[in-house]
Amino acid sequence: MIYIVQHYWQALLYSDGYHITGVAMTLWLLVLSCAIGFCLALPLAIARNSKNPLIWGPVWIYGFIFRGTPLYVQLLLIYTGVYGLHFVRETPMLADFFRSAIDCTLLSFALNTGAYTTEIFYGAIRDTSHGEVEAGRAYGMSQFTLYRRIIIPSALRRALPMYSNEVILMLHATTLAFTATVPDILKITNDAYIATYAPFDSFGLAAVIYLCISFGLIFMFRRAERHFLAHLAS
Amino acid sequence: MFNLAGYGPQIFAGTVTTVELSVLSLIVSFVIGLIGASAKLSRNRAARGAATLNTTIIRGVPDLVLMLLIFYSLQIWINDFTDWLDNLQNSIDFEFNLDPFTSGVITLGFIYGAYFTETFRGAFIAVPKGQLEAARAFGMKPFLVFRRVLFPQMMRYALPGLGNNWQVILKATALVSIIGLSDVVKAAQAAGEATYRTFFFICIAGAVYLMLTIISNGVLLYLERKYMIGVRKAVL
Repeated sequence: MIYIVQHYWQALLYSDGYHITGVAMTLWLLVLSCAIGFCLALPLAIARNSKNPLIWGPVWIYGFIFRGTPLYVQLLLIYTGVYGLHFVRETPMLADFFRSAIDCTLLSFALNTGAYTTEIFYGAIRDTSHGEVEAGRAYGMSQFTLYRRIIIPSALRRALPMYSNEVILMLHATTLAFTATVPDILKITNDAYIATYAPFDSFGLAAVIYLCISFGLIFMFRRAERHFLAHLAS
Repeated sequence: MFNLAGYGPQIFAGTVTTVELSVLSLIVSFVIGLIGASAKLSRNRAARGAATLNTTIIRGVPDLVLMLLIFYSLQIWINDFTDWLDNLQNSIDFEFNLDPFTSGVITLGFIYGAYFTETFRGAFIAVPKGQLEAARAFGMKPFLVFRRVLFPQMMRYALPGLGNNWQVILKATALVSIIGLSDVVKAAQAAGEATYRTFFFICIAGAVYLMLTIISNGVLLYLERKYMIGVRKAVL
């Protein structure tokens, strides 16, 4: 255990000397995929609430496919599958994108968390109390203003507990990045395991680090909930 | 276009493995969940503390990390144990190898047992206390109370969470291919590498999971109806 910590602490925390690795990499993956997923989910959740089946239909299919298959399969499809297609390999821009492990990982993570987040926001928007919407209309707000001032702020607040769950699950999902050779925490500890053949020490160390990050996130979200949901506290 | 290049049987066998793994893990985690929930609600402080510690740690650590941890360390522990047995009894050579399937069941059952613990805890609390008191007043033994009164009613409250967990377990089985189990993902990968059509074969694997999801949705709907018999719904 001490040997692993001594030899790998730098790689585990931020860098192996050449690239960003370890905790920094995991957090980077988490923040970026959650940010992209969030930006994706907000418009999609609004579209999912539309009455027109041509608008909510495609969003439903997107959610169904990405929530119905394992993230590992999606990652494999994007990382190993897409690059095997002829037209991708012949278009330089696409080839560059799909050859990079971290781009593929981020794309699949963002699409996956986007699907789950869409569903969370969709539920929150749908459950907006009709009185609030009516009051907004009575003030003469346009549809856009209504969404911007009334529906979205209130829906995001109510979605916060569910969303925090999704972020924690996403942290757990980032471990899959190591199968695509992205040097996150698990990849480094896996290297340590291969070098030392001490599985309990290496993976146990990874477990402790992930546990700490999970607790940190839970703590942050608790504070955020206390701040944003103060009006709901009894 | 829709040419499996002779890999159909492998993919089918992989699908069967995936389903077997999910069902067995579900059973294991169901039992662990029931035990954990009883421990969490028991009066014994040590049992309560142990169960809480267990669920907190397991739900805070990624399943892939736990899987690698258990898969690789458990084998070493078992080897140490069998070596110790060998030393004890020189005549017999003990050996026990942990294959990916067994360790997959153990790991998934262990991990999702923690999630089931939370689901069942909520469901146990939701059953009215008076019913349990009435059952005890009839002279039922604790196990009979559980079997006749607590369990059937608790299932109604637990079903939505249970269904969710089942879907998550089904998808988590894909991770077991990382530690070498030949499930549907592994079969699709092998077929894709051999034919240079990875995209197509991984899509097939995805379609298999989608189909399993659709089927399990149907079963869950049926179960929910079954356990909802005799419940009056509020008319809105």
